[in-house]
Amino acid sequence: MSASVALTAAPSPAGLALRAFLRHRAAVVGLVIVVLFIGVAVFAPWIAPYDPLQTSWTAIRKAPSAAHWMGTDENGRDVLSRVIWGARASLLAGVVSVLIAAGVGVPIGMLAALGGKWTDAIIGRITDAMLAIPFLILAIALAAFLGPALENAMIAIGISATPIFVRVARGATLEVKVRDFVEAARAIGATGWRVSWRHVAPNIVPPLLVQATLAIATATLAEAALSFLGLGQQPPAPSWGSMLNSAQRFLTQAPWLSVFPGLSIFLVVLAFNLLGDGLRDALDPREQ
Amino acid sequence: MISLLLGRIGQIIPTLLVLSVLIFGLQQLMPGDPALILAGEERGDPQVLAQIRAELKLDRPIVEQYVHWAGRVLQGDLGFSWRIRQPVAELIADKLPVTLQLGLMAFVIAVCVGVPAGVISAVKRDTPWDWAANGVALGGLSLPNFWLGIMMILFFSVQLGWLPPSGYVSLAEDWRQSLATTIMPAIVLASGIAAVLMRHTRSAMLQTLNQDYVRTARAKGLANRVVLLRHALRNALVPVITLGALELGTLLSGAVLTEQVFSVPGFGKLIVDAVFNRDYPVVQGVVLITALIYVTLNLIADVLYVVANPRLRGA
Repeated sequence: MSASVALTAAPSPAGLALRAFLRHRAAVVGLVIVVLFIGVAVFAPWIAPYDPLQTSWTAIRKAPSAAHWMGTDENGRDVLSRVIWGARASLLAGVVSVLIAAGVGVPIGMLAALGGKWTDAIIGRITDAMLAIPFLILAIALAAFLGPALENAMIAIGISATPIFVRVARGATLEVKVRDFVEAARAIGATGWRVSWRHVAPNIVPPLLVQATLAIATATLAEAALSFLGLGQQPPAPSWGSMLNSAQRFLTQAPWLSVFPGLSIFLVVLAFNLLGDGLRDALDPREQ
Repeated sequence: MISLLLGRIGQIIPTLLVLSVLIFGLQQLMPGDPALILAGEERGDPQVLAQIRAELKLDRPIVEQYVHWAGRVLQGDLGFSWRIRQPVAELIADKLPVTLQLGLMAFVIAVCVGVPAGVISAVKRDTPWDWAANGVALGGLSLPNFWLGIMMILFFSVQLGWLPPSGYVSLAEDWRQSLATTIMPAIVLASGIAAVLMRHTRSAMLQTLNQDYVRTARAKGLANRVVLLRHALRNALVPVITLGALELGTLLSGAVLTEQVFSVPGFGKLIVDAVFNRDYPVVQGVVLITALIYVTLNLIADVLYVVANPRLRGA
């Protein structure tokens, strides 16, 4: 009887992780900011006070006021509305490029760990070679060869972030594949495909989740950088990076133009970093 | 030691080989025919197009094109800029010293800020000092450096008028002006690296502070300062130095945006200008040289790690 009580009372690993995460106050703040920005991006058409593309020759470079909380830009467009719509481009680019990186990198990483020695060596050399090119320079070069567009920026960032996912997935798979339950599955005759899909894959999710969260921060920053350089979202469509690019020309006349888009990038990246740190602490059994 | 070095170089060769294939492959992503871009206004003349294709071996099978390209690269020939008709290697050699000056200044600033902040944060663990240092470090990692640059120009150049907002003067021309033009970009570049160094120093210090030899030093009655600086920090710095060497590679990434914001005519600005002029050989050359610098730094970091840690020498 007492044994059954003890069994039901023992918290699950997920419960333990959730409790550890909620104890991490900074991570909870990060989660709240992330949810807030996702809400802003999803409901942009309803929240934005003006059309982000609507120019007005009578409202060029107006300082923040009751009518325009963040002022207006060099074409008389409302900066707040552009910041709100810009959240779409930034978050979409962050998430899509990480999905590309994880979608390509995780199976390759698992293959490196579960395949033969040669497969591992070949994948290892390609990963090393890609990691030898600094992330942003690789993304710029790829975006340059693919052509300037938001979609190409996402692909370029996704490809540049892939080797990190290969490394993390390979490391996690190597750790999981020697555990007893995987050995047991092999012993009862499970195929290699079934072992990797049903037994290994679910158990490498925690480190990948942490990596994905931190990678969204890096990817969002990279998208802003590419758009700032003119290789991402193309004007007049709003994006925080391209807004900063044009704001730079009006630093003396309209300093507010460069404050708000930059602050938004900073907040989103900080929030994803806080969230990633919190998830790492919560999902790492040594921390509990 | 020599066998270690040779072993590491042996590991690097296949990586460099794959790297060269990747960088060569970049040009295959390019939309359209390179000969058409190169021919410019003469693109309608089939004879000119054929001549360009023959010169660049564009009419040969892809493997032959690669072997031709790699052979030239091995001889230090990175091709000609399509835009300014100058050898790419020369262009890079021209711009690299500017970025190296910026990078070196940034690295010194990052070490001077990051390492002491990490030590204080570890020694005063779980106090407001620790929280503040961690908060600033996380902020440094999340701050887009091009935005920090714009904000610094806004404050120090536009509002206070203390520093020039853009441009570059070399050290040889006038060292005061050179410092004035490079101090803001160097601080911007340093921000992210200082944050990384602070985090590494903190965790390395926390580890060494728990070691027996530190406890013994304290038990001997040594002053806290001596224990911290001579015993703990000296050992904690080993991983920090090696990781720091790797961060120098990250500087090259940061330089792209920082040089753009401050109009510094360096390596980073070269790649951005090349991208907009569709000057693909320059883009390829910059990527190749960046990767080579990064791989070399990796090698130096590996060797430094072993040199600084005698226990690994036999490995």
